[in-house]
Amino acid sequence: MAEWLEQIQAQFELNFISDDRWRYVVDGLSVTLKVTFFAVILGIIIGVCIAIIRSTFEKNKGEMPFGFNKVVLYLLNGMGQIYLTVIRGTPVVVQLMIMYYIIFASSNNKVLVAVLAFGINSGAYVAEIVRSGIMSVDDGQFEAGRSLGFNYVQTMRYIIIPQAFKNVLPALANEFIVLLKETSVAGYVALQDLTKAGDIIRSRTFAPFLPLVGIALIYLVMVMFFTWLVGKLERRLRNSER
Amino acid sequence: MSDENVLIKVENVQKYYNGGAIKALDGINTEIKKGEVVVVIGPSGSGKSTFLRCLNLLEIPTGGSIFFEGTDITDAKTNINVHRQRMGMVFQHFNLFPHMTILKNMIIAPMKLQKKSEAEATALAMELLRKVGLDDRMNAYPSQLSGGQKQRIAIVRALCMQPEVMLFDEPTSALDPEMVGEVLEVMKQLAKDNMTMVVVTHEMGFAKEVGTRVMFMADGKQVEEGKPHELFENPQSERLQTFLAKVL
Repeated sequence: MAEWLEQIQAQFELNFISDDRWRYVVDGLSVTLKVTFFAVILGIIIGVCIAIIRSTFEKNKGEMPFGFNKVVLYLLNGMGQIYLTVIRGTPVVVQLMIMYYIIFASSNNKVLVAVLAFGINSGAYVAEIVRSGIMSVDDGQFEAGRSLGFNYVQTMRYIIIPQAFKNVLPALANEFIVLLKETSVAGYVALQDLTKAGDIIRSRTFAPFLPLVGIALIYLVMVMFFTWLVGKLERRLRNSER
Repeated sequence: MSDENVLIKVENVQKYYNGGAIKALDGINTEIKKGEVVVVIGPSGSGKSTFLRCLNLLEIPTGGSIFFEGTDITDAKTNINVHRQRMGMVFQHFNLFPHMTILKNMIIAPMKLQKKSEAEATALAMELLRKVGLDDRMNAYPSQLSGGQKQRIAIVRALCMQPEVMLFDEPTSALDPEMVGEVLEVMKQLAKDNMTMVVVTHEMGFAKEVGTRVMFMADGKQVEEGKPHELFENPQSERLQTFLAKVL
């Protein structure tokens, strides 16, 4: 028993203490968090915009008279459709590499490239989640807003989106958990995120167990913390209706 | 428009579906004057709700014009949002905002649209809440209220915008029978205070007692129109006679 413990301790020292290897983990974690955080924000912005365009299109395409607005709406909806098809139809690693080696070939800011790649990718999934939320809000809510004199955008902002958001919170939380873990492929463009950090340590020490299980634990703790946070938010939002 | 007292003028309004196969409204003409309580009755599917929803353009008429305070609101260039602020609407299913407290439900539109301060909007909201006896529920959420309470809140929410006219779309149809009275009472009080009202309803008692004019619709047309006692006691058309025989 004691021997086993000593072995672990030696392994720990080898992998994380000597040569200050823990720095890889800390730096990697900060990169992962940075990329995830900004990608989530970008994903929400893109997703909500596309969701509003798509649900506006679906609700109004029949009623709208032919004119400039209708043409614009059809164009925007078409662009949204193409975006969703391409993003959801190709692997995120390929999108990341296209972004790094082709679109931003001249840039050396890997974090920015990763944020863009993961944010644009996540936006497609967020768009469909938010759209389902918007469509689930009763039409009467929309009519009540409009009858008070709110315009379309105000009705969306004050009345529909807050209710839609509450309806889709669990699905959104799930998407962000997926995103956090998906950033682990950032190593493909040599970005030193948490996963890459573990891999680098493994390649230096030739002892894969602790570095890999160690970063796995860090991901797990982050996801558990996030799940707990969302659960709290969900309860608070739901309490406001009782 | 010449007549100062005409608030809403409806000219040959049509609403067609499926390219004219279904005529929900088939040429409606009427004038609604200030202070009038116009009650619209008719069998289901007669187009009375469609007519009401055309008045604030929740339904866009296929043809014809609607003038509100002299402005043609069916004109594509008219900003309907400005005019809707002056037309309150009450729905069959209340449509309170479930994510806001009662007070927030009432003050959000005045604050965002009329740029009132929170204190100002709250003062008016509280005054209206006291009138309908629900001031103690200001911090409750809609799901905590009964149907009758919800509809009373829906009425005062619309009143918070201080509208020129109130449109009621079957306001008591979704209520349990014992709650109908409390809502009608609020509407009667509103009529007494000289509010212009257009009410689509199945409550014939309300039409008789409160209505200054009753409009009977069937198949998307106005079949008969007149003072309540004339219409109910001496119906001219066969359609109205059969309708009244069924509902009275």
